[in-house]
Amino acid sequence: MTAAAVAARVADPELPMLTLADLGILRAVDEAGDRVVVTITPTYSGCPAMRTIEDDLTGALREAGYARVEVRTVLSPAWTTDWITPAGRDKLAAAGISPPGPAPRRASGPVPLTLGPSRRSIACPQCGHAETEEIAAFSATACRALRRCPACREPFEHVKEI
Amino acid sequence: MSFDAAYEALTDHDDDARWAYGTGFADPLAGVDTAVPAGVDRGDLAAYCLMLGDDALIMSHRLQQWVTRAPELEDELAIANIALDLLGQARLLLTRAAEVEDAGLDEDALAYLRDAADFRNVRLVEREDADFAHLVARLLVFATWRLALLDALTASADPVLAAIGAKGVKEVTYHRDYAAQWVVRLGDGTELSHERMRAAADAVLPLTDELFRTHRTESRLARAGVAVDPATLRAEFDGVWAQVMQAANLHPAARTQGDDGPGGRDGVHTAALADILAELQGLARSVPGGAW
Repeated sequence: MTAAAVAARVADPELPMLTLADLGILRAVDEAGDRVVVTITPTYSGCPAMRTIEDDLTGALREAGYARVEVRTVLSPAWTTDWITPAGRDKLAAAGISPPGPAPRRASGPVPLTLGPSRRSIACPQCGHAETEEIAAFSATACRALRRCPACREPFEHVKEI
Repeated sequence: MSFDAAYEALTDHDDDARWAYGTGFADPLAGVDTAVPAGVDRGDLAAYCLMLGDDALIMSHRLQQWVTRAPELEDELAIANIALDLLGQARLLLTRAAEVEDAGLDEDALAYLRDAADFRNVRLVEREDADFAHLVARLLVFATWRLALLDALTASADPVLAAIGAKGVKEVTYHRDYAAQWVVRLGDGTELSHERMRAAADAVLPLTDELFRTHRTESRLARAGVAVDPATLRAEFDGVWAQVMQAANLHPAARTQGDDGPGGRDGVHTAALADILAELQGLARSVPGGAW
């Protein structure tokens, strides 16, 4: 198996139903002989899983026969939820986590302030009901918001757009 | 790895290098291109990274002190996540400061071993919050100012600062919304919540002047296209503040001119910073190099 294929299959420690490739944080895998340079990018500045991800990548590649592994971090361009692959979105939904919509884009001017709940419709990943409400903008991790479905009354997590 | 094994993997005691203090995860900028732009004074750049890094570090610590004390579980999580984002920004900035200064220090030495007079944060982040209204009032001021600052920093001639700015904008947008929504809810709420929110807004205003005062380091680096002159952020800040105050039905007293002597950027701090550092640094100083 190529180093790129091995790295792409490593699971994310906080969203283990996704691979690093599904999540879009695997930016490059460069192979030269038995040496591999893997480039990753953090989802959030404070992501506490970076070290674990580095260890998991190094371990998987060593097991596949790559003796010299270097993991590099890039900050730019900054990660966006738009990089979560279509397969990744399907896996999130299958696990009961609502996948993100398109990330907000700003042509120019200051970042707009949001004073009310977002009006965009987010469907319930459990029962499919089209309208749900936000309970909190932050959840078990920075990348997820907590929502509630008025139809099936179940709470669920939504990967918020950044 | 199955989901059930995730926690087990995180608590693998054969590899405590993955925990944050005294660990192998010592360089959050590993692999990032860290050259310094031509013509930029290394001392100035290091000082500027300390300013923005210390703002985030001390604000994060004040927010962390609310964890287990928040009014609801959802706010507990929000405050912890906001504190974590800011801690991440602080780590990147302190690492950059250490690297640029090249004096053999690292982010841990800068966070744990400096005395109060060597910190460069603005004094806004030092005060202890008297109640939850004070927390959200200060967070609104801090996030509104920092969001404008990070957004302008994306155009910095220093590629590391530009990258930190671009990541931070996405995070602090959510911090500002969180604080603004609470200010509106409390200000436009009951008579009691309105009164306490009004008192909190009045109390934080005198601390805002310092945020827009240009330090000579910022001035030199702004001319080199590296730093943001904070005076240029005032209009955006005032606009957002007025919008939130109006929605919250709050009419805080007009801003008064603060004293314009030396401030946090010069290492002149309030007594509250010493309390924070006693807690933040106590373990690292009493057990130098300790790891577990």
